[in-house]
Amino acid sequence: MYAFEHLRATDPADAVAKFSQADDARYLAGGQTLLAAMKLRLAAPACLIDLQRIAALRGIAADTAALTVGAMATHAEVAASPVVCDTIPALAKLAAGIGDPMVRNVGTLGGSVANDDPAADYPAAVLALDAAVHTDRRVIAADAFFTGLYETALAPGELITAVRFPIPQQAAYVKFPNPASRYALVGVFVARHAAGVRVAVTGAGASGVFRVPAFEAALAARFAPDAIDGLGVDPAALASDLHASAEYRAHLVGVIARRAVAAALA
Amino acid sequence: MNGRHVDATVPARTLLVDFLRDTLGLTGAHIGCDTAQCGACTVHLDGRAVKSCNLLAVQADGASVVTIEGLTAADGAMHPMQAAFRDHHGLQCGYCTPGMVMSALDLVRRDPAPTRDHIREALEGNLCRCTGYQNIVAAVEAGAQAMRTAG
Ligand SMILES: Cc1cc2nc3c(=O)[nH]c(=O)nc-3n(C[C@H](O)[C@H](O)[C@H](O)COP(=O)(O)OP(=O)(O)OC[C@H]3O[C@@H](n4cnc5c(N)ncnc54)[C@H](O)[C@@H]3O)c2cc1C
Ligand code: FES
Ligand code: FES
Repeated sequence: MYAFEHLRATDPADAVAKFSQADDARYLAGGQTLLAAMKLRLAAPACLIDLQRIAALRGIAADTAALTVGAMATHAEVAASPVVCDTIPALAKLAAGIGDPMVRNVGTLGGSVANDDPAADYPAAVLALDAAVHTDRRVIAADAFFTGLYETALAPGELITAVRFPIPQQAAYVKFPNPASRYALVGVFVARHAAGVRVAVTGAGASGVFRVPAFEAALAARFAPDAIDGLGVDPAALASDLHASAEYRAHLVGVIARRAVAAALA
Repeated sequence: MNGRHVDATVPARTLLVDFLRDTLGLTGAHIGCDTAQCGACTVHLDGRAVKSCNLLAVQADGASVVTIEGLTAADGAMHPMQAAFRDHHGLQCGYCTPGMVMSALDLVRRDPAPTRDHIREALEGNLCRCTGYQNIVAAVEAGAQAMRTAG
């Protein structure tokens, strides 16, 4: 790992100010992705702005309409939170399935969403739940947030403060994990809202997390696993690598989506 | 640091595992990979299991850190979880063992009477190249039982 400067931020405004004053800075949340990349010299920022001590980024709270999770909430905190389990149990279950216990004790929601790994779990929840990403300067709708592989709508130095998840009527996330890494080979989050059904797929897309309008329309008409029989996704838009071909992923999307609908109904 | 106050100034890029091993001489946390996947380096940070190879030493500033060395009683007696690994043949070369024990203790904190399935799930982030895991699972089950009995 190359040398860098380490600065602690005391509150969100301080973090943003430090970022704008530094040359080539990155925010440090849990570091489970960033430090791993720095060790391999895939990233070499000159300055890390550490968010760990910002209490304002940590809370988890709900009202009748939505659940709000602070950017620095760890995966373990979300998985164990009674508020999350009461309002959106599918989200607690998703968090409980990220990586392994040590990664969950340190990795955060904000870091996962900002990183937008095409095989990460949280992006599927953000998109299917039609969540709003709150930053230090604005609110970004899920549909506008994820813009490509490891790409988001965040401007340089823009800090995620929290994610607000509308509470669905029914929801479930099912992932087919890569047996070695536990990242999603295919993960499908299905959410039934008063306004309709949203289906988001992670792990499979050639350009990251995506929605499946054909599944959504069929499930809005009839919310049952076999409602999407005969429907599929085009392998041309899917990733193909040593782990799985695009055709295999396309097949899994249908299988896992049906399991997710069944789980949402259970 | 294992109940002792430690003051040190380190370069920002120092990993916690290197600080433990090279500066403090606590070589119980092992380095088994470059990719944060093997769990051999697992220690407790404020009571939670973490991979010390994937954290900066400065991220542990002000926190309580416990390593495998910190489990042994003042009179040298093994922790019940360590004893269970010995009694159940839960190790062969021993390289993964400190991480296995620290992860097992994090599990017991969350679930004092874990099932075998839960033990396997909780050891997801710890790889062992020797044992085939069966005896590790048996050891964790027995260690948890011994800890319940000891109260
Ligand atoms: C062994 C292993 C297995 C894993 N398995 C999975 C898995 O199965 N599924 C999965 O989804 N993930 C997995 N992960 C990734 C894990 O979830 C990470 O914790 C997560 O991707 C990043 O969170 P972090 O807090 O560690 O962020 P960091 O590594 O600290 O940061 C990641 C990026 O986000 C930026 N950032 C962080 N916080 C903010 C913020 N508030 N505002 C703006 N930018 C920010 C950083 O600058 C950096 O660019 C795994 C990681 C490891 C090491
Ligand atoms: S050395 Fe392999 S996970 Fe830390
Ligand atoms: S006992 Fe040798 S790696 Fe586990």
